[in-house]
Amino acid sequence: MASSENLLTIRNLHTGFRIKDTYYNAVDDVSINLNKNEILAIVGESGCGKSTLATSILGLHVANNTKVTGEILYKDLNLAGLPEDKFNSIRGNDIGMIFQDPLSALNPLMRIGEQISESLVYHTKFTKEQRVERVLELLNQVGIPNPERVANQFPHQLSGGMRQRVIIAIAIACKPAIIVADEPTTALDVTIQAQILDLLKELQAETKSGIILITHDLGVVAEVADRVAVMYAGQIIEEAPVEELFNNPKHPYTRSLLNSIPQMNSENEKLQVIKGLVPSLKNLPRQGCRFSSRIPWIAADAHEENPVLHEVAPGHLVRCTCWKHFDFEGAEGGQLR
Amino acid sequence: MWKTVLRRFLVMIPQLFVLSLLIFIMAKFMPGDPFTGLITPETDPNVIEELKIKAGLYDPWYVQYYNWITNAFQGDFGDSYTFKVSVSSLIGERAMNTFWLSLLSVILLYAIAIPLGILAGRYQDSLLDKGIVLYSFISYAIPTFVLSLIFLFMFGYHIPIFPTSGTVDVSHDPGTWGYFWSKVYHMLLPAITYALLATTGVIQYLRSEIIDSKSMDYVKTARSKGLPISKVYTKHIFRNSLLPIAAFFGFTITGLLGGSVFIETIFGYPGMGQLFISSIASRDYSVITTLVMLFGFLTLLGSLLSDIIMSIVDPRIRIE
Repeated sequence: MASSENLLTIRNLHTGFRIKDTYYNAVDDVSINLNKNEILAIVGESGCGKSTLATSILGLHVANNTKVTGEILYKDLNLAGLPEDKFNSIRGNDIGMIFQDPLSALNPLMRIGEQISESLVYHTKFTKEQRVERVLELLNQVGIPNPERVANQFPHQLSGGMRQRVIIAIAIACKPAIIVADEPTTALDVTIQAQILDLLKELQAETKSGIILITHDLGVVAEVADRVAVMYAGQIIEEAPVEELFNNPKHPYTRSLLNSIPQMNSENEKLQVIKGLVPSLKNLPRQGCRFSSRIPWIAADAHEENPVLHEVAPGHLVRCTCWKHFDFEGAEGGQLR
Repeated sequence: MWKTVLRRFLVMIPQLFVLSLLIFIMAKFMPGDPFTGLITPETDPNVIEELKIKAGLYDPWYVQYYNWITNAFQGDFGDSYTFKVSVSSLIGERAMNTFWLSLLSVILLYAIAIPLGILAGRYQDSLLDKGIVLYSFISYAIPTFVLSLIFLFMFGYHIPIFPTSGTVDVSHDPGTWGYFWSKVYHMLLPAITYALLATTGVIQYLRSEIIDSKSMDYVKTARSKGLPISKVYTKHIFRNSLLPIAAFFGFTITGLLGGSVFIETIFGYPGMGQLFISSIASRDYSVITTLVMLFGFLTLLGSLLSDIIMSIVDPRIRIE
């Protein structure tokens, strides 16, 4: 944490999706804050609600079957429930978003330059010439060779890595204070991943913006993040500065995640896995420790009845008390479903 | 691109050859002959026989085919047995009638279907959407001839605001505005009938394309830029959703020719469709074969047109 100036505060955020007249919370009571000049990583497996959290921040859900309650505070504004027209002056201008799949995140019928300059039209008073200039500058900034040519090309004419650079250029076009990156490297191959991560770090150092990085890849987290929040079944179950989390993980889920990374020098030949699946949205246990079903060898009274986050070290929060009693021994022997 | 268009035209030649062979053989399989209609109790069978021999109907089929196809290549499709004029001049004047009727039908079709499809897709599940979907299913379910007859009865006879047959009022001189308007006026009711019945495909396609596009990632990107939702629709969703409509444009035109067979017959509009029905009734081989050939050619042309349109509107598709 280079600076502790608060940029975005999320308090008691719930995002529910409607399934047949009932709302099921995919993000369930999440509170977290993002500081200036910080990369906050949000980690978790598929279906844990991390992408929903990202899209909630920008209010990108379809209004008639999604319910967002709680507080997303940015500059004295609560983004949760902000009217569309006010939100539109924030989106792209103060908060930029980078999407997961560069293949589908660009409009196939629109030239690259036009797609980048679109947000400039709505958030700046630039003339057409200034916009063109800014687009070329941005393309240059994200490391695209020959910006004049690329600006006139269509998305399908670019490689995946190039397209992701274009998407980053779109996100940073208006120099936003916050960038939400939803799995920005997942769809790319490994060498390109490293380049894109370097680019993100570079841009962050230049602009001093805060980045929320959504990912399932702990390798990515270790490389770029300052602080990490681990999500499971819609809740944050552990939050810590990156070194603290990797050196001293507490929650059984975090430990299992770290344990399941293949180790080159490990004597253990078998890859460790977490048995079972994230419960589906409809079947989420709304009471008790949500991870308990995947560590059944831990006694029931080890869990809290209503697990809350406990501060175990400065800046290190862990949900529930089961971590005190957790070990991997019970996982062997196939007692699991 | 033009090289490809030329190549596609060359490929059409063998296709048309096979088509001509099939059409000719099938026409021969039809029972009866062009002279059956002339037979009265007083007719001398020998006269009919003589006419048949003179028309070459007793030659082997391949000889008949050879004669027909070589003449056709020179633009001579023979004479109509019933109308006693050359087929090309017979079709020529009617082709223009059908062309203008089709043009007006297509304009009306898209003028009705595109706004409805867009509204239904944008306001999905609203009352408006449900109304439009209901309309499109009803229009799909009604057979052409039923609605044609209802309209003809309602607006031609019961409340006579439209003419019931013909293409133009004889009191106008060709080339004047009155003549032009009279032509449009005569085409209006058949064109509206056709357009109302053909909208289903376009509406449903457009509606479901728009609904699909809404959840596309590039729409999220557009929204994340802070674009007002109306701009997201006009600049991103609609443009992408119109692609399949553009792709089907060529086939829509071809489909019009099929639809015109009923419409023209019922509305007494002297076009190719009406000619087709009457020539089948009178076993007018030369007219039937020529018309089917023409429809076949236009179908091939329609698919080529679709490909060309797609390559213009979608930058991902380039004909090389």
